[in-house]
Amino acid sequence: MRGLAAQVDRYNIVIAIGGVAVRVNTTDADFLEMLQRRYAGFVSDEPEAEFTFDVELTPPAFADPDVDVRVTQHAGRWFMERGDFQAEWEPATRIGNIRQSANPYSIDAVLRIVHTLVLARQGGFLLHSASAVRNGKAFLFAGVSGAGKTTISRLAPSDATLLTDEISYVRRLGSDFVAFGTPFTGELAKLGENTSAPVAALYLLAQGLENRIDPVAAADALRELLANTLFFAEDQEMVQWAFRAACDFVDRVPVYRLTFMPDARVWEMIG
Amino acid sequence: MSKKLYVARSPRIAARMLGEEMLVMSGQSSTLFTLNPTATILWQAADGATPLDEIVERRICPEFDVNPEEALRDAEALAEDLAKHGILLISENPIASKSPAQEQHRP
Repeated sequence: MRGLAAQVDRYNIVIAIGGVAVRVNTTDADFLEMLQRRYAGFVSDEPEAEFTFDVELTPPAFADPDVDVRVTQHAGRWFMERGDFQAEWEPATRIGNIRQSANPYSIDAVLRIVHTLVLARQGGFLLHSASAVRNGKAFLFAGVSGAGKTTISRLAPSDATLLTDEISYVRRLGSDFVAFGTPFTGELAKLGENTSAPVAALYLLAQGLENRIDPVAAADALRELLANTLFFAEDQEMVQWAFRAACDFVDRVPVYRLTFMPDARVWEMIG
Repeated sequence: MSKKLYVARSPRIAARMLGEEMLVMSGQSSTLFTLNPTATILWQAADGATPLDEIVERRICPEFDVNPEEALRDAEALAEDLAKHGILLISENPIASKSPAQEQHRP
């Protein structure tokens, strides 16, 4: 039955975050356009990518994205699922697939998971923190929701470059930890700048009646760092890598408690 | 005479001494534990080859100036507690070492 097969258009986009390029293949032009808008500033012109995902779009259906994500490894493949998506990824072939409806949130979650898996092996991590570059150095501001990540980001002076107001991307490069900009946004809904700098300090945020910086004991720093690290995988090896990465970070990067009032003067103490 | 007990560090654990605190993380439950001083000594000495009573006699008693019999009872209870959390392995025979290397002490 030659000639009856419908031609299917294929599109792709390469999204590079933290220097790690992921190609996303789709057959839906509207979905592609949405990705181009969503990841503007992080779309690579280079055709090469380290990982490739085919997206199979499914009809919209009720799905609760607040259901806990599950990430498991079986026979060399990672399986990722949440109420609104199912995905698989094989590190050996660097190829995976995603089943989701045409929305930006599901693929955003898959990308975060994939990056945590990739980073863990390299001694890095994603951290619930705002981050910014000032004077060539990156500063991280970690805390749970409400701790002040958005506030400190909003107060950043004009000479500071915001990497993210929500999720920082930390890579181990040689003996340095380097923070990269991410498109993962919080309340500011503003994409970070696609740039990077060595991490000079991690500040654990606390809002208070004065601006002050206090040192944090190493063990306390580790506890808080781990508490703010994005971690999804139910996998012993990954847990051990994440622990070691956090220990190495605390060994190399000063960690402080930053108590601050919500005004711009706090930035006089940073940088 | 009671049987000898041997203890070994679980290979499913990642551990690091930071400051004065020994922190261990279970790969199974992703739970972070902070060991008290006695548990830290026990963890550090748990090589799978040295019997628990020797660890108590040589490492714990001199450190805490306690009665050896009482210290051994406490150490057995502590070892069982640590084993329940997957931190230590306990056996009546020497345990072949697959323990994680103890990681560096932060200066």
